[in-house]
Amino acid sequence: MLHIYCPHCAEYREEEEFHCAGQAHIARPLDPEACSDQEWGEYLFFRKNPRGLHHELWVHAAGCRKFFNMTRDTQTYEIKEVYKIGEQPSVVAE
Amino acid sequence: MQQYSGFGLLKHSLSHHENWQRVWRNPTPKKKYDVIIIGGGGHGLATAYYLAKEHGITNVAVLEKGHLAGGNIARNTTIVRSNYLWDESAALYEHSMKLWEGLAQELNYNVMFSQRGVYHTCHTLQDMRANERLVSANRLQGIDNEMVDAEQLQKEIPSLDCSKGARYPIMGASVQRRAGNARHDAVAWGYARAADALGVDLIQNCEVTDMEISDGKITGVKTKQYGVLKADRVGCVVAGNSGVLAKMAGFQLPVESHPLQALVSEPIKPFLDTVVMSNHVHGYMSQSDKGDLVIGAGIDGWVGYGQRGSYGIIEHTLQAIVEMFPCTSRVRMNRQWGGIVDACPDASPIISDTPVKNLFFNCGWGTGGFKGTPGSGNLFAHTLAHGKPHPIAEPFSIQRFHTGALIDEHGAAGVAH
Repeated sequence: MLHIYCPHCAEYREEEEFHCAGQAHIARPLDPEACSDQEWGEYLFFRKNPRGLHHELWVHAAGCRKFFNMTRDTQTYEIKEVYKIGEQPSVVAE
Repeated sequence: MQQYSGFGLLKHSLSHHENWQRVWRNPTPKKKYDVIIIGGGGHGLATAYYLAKEHGITNVAVLEKGHLAGGNIARNTTIVRSNYLWDESAALYEHSMKLWEGLAQELNYNVMFSQRGVYHTCHTLQDMRANERLVSANRLQGIDNEMVDAEQLQKEIPSLDCSKGARYPIMGASVQRRAGNARHDAVAWGYARAADALGVDLIQNCEVTDMEISDGKITGVKTKQYGVLKADRVGCVVAGNSGVLAKMAGFQLPVESHPLQALVSEPIKPFLDTVVMSNHVHGYMSQSDKGDLVIGAGIDGWVGYGQRGSYGIIEHTLQAIVEMFPCTSRVRMNRQWGGIVDACPDASPIISDTPVKNLFFNCGWGTGGFKGTPGSGNLFAHTLAHGKPHPIAEPFSIQRFHTGALIDEHGAAGVAH
């Protein structure tokens, strides 16, 4: 069970209050109509899926209902840091 | 290869079972192969077997970083069925089902395939409609599947709570009677033994650390233990670690790896002679020949490679099981574990060529890979032998994530994959 610090509530809460929304920092193409099928497919479906450090988007679904980012090791499950949307991580995955 | 038989058992009993032949060799790899298969799990071993058997390609190596059949084939809940919704998947899983039906004979290895039926219980009107649609689709595809009402269901499975007083009352179920389960290890061991007998080299403790790629074409793989091994074609069948191998080859896959947990109880007297799944309360269960209850549910929602998940999932799973089978409320759980499943956005697998020439991937089976083992191996062998996919495998190309021709099986897969 992950023990997660919500940067908005400034509290540690149990994983069950949260929901993982997948890889973080995926920028939506500015002009979707101009994308090729290749580019649009990459944006929608292709993910880093690393064995190691991973930046991911979480939502405190049963709490403040706000989104935030997390850097987590996908092998040890250790949470390296949490940071708000718009902030940059200090621990960076390769 | 020594044939297994009742007579053989008798003969070997006279020498106290001390003279059985080794089941497979432990060869040192050659420098060059026609085909290298990365991943010595169920799908990889099946691929090797069908390459040798159906396509006559025997200069094949299976590279496994741990021991044979130590990954998801050793960690699943052994359910086999073919009642998927779309024609593409129905064709794929039914191809697999037909191979399952003759597998023990073909491999001369008892895979304990038991067609005890698989029920999908319906707890809401929406569930009923979805399952009726599924049954109708399957009938059109020539696959057996039928609806039973709650009264009939109660007769067929007395221990299932079909009363109106249940929290989520069961309204009926769809049942595929040809579905069932099999002995998971035996499937992999049977394929390994048969492939080895046909001349395939099964190389254990051999980890692939890099791929040898020049001019966009793969020429071999680099291994930790044996250096570079050359190959004309390379097939990756590594389930949860597919993303890691794709990264070595320089591209991304539309898959994410998640822990999928399962658990077994202490052995109890036989009371459940079939498999029951519920997408609504989110759990499924069967009883093994040993007597323990084999229980599973959904994945942990985050990316994880640790072969373990969170307790919250187990708690919800057991709530669902006790909801359906109140008589199990005092049963103690013996073991719990996780496997790493590589899930695609559309819950269908990828059997495909890749941006690298002569490199092929068979991955993305997500939570439902076990049932696909024979079919997956059979079709992937065809892909590796001919350099282009078998007609059944064609829709499962990686290209579908660019063209948009997804095969959305979330409805038929759900929790009960």
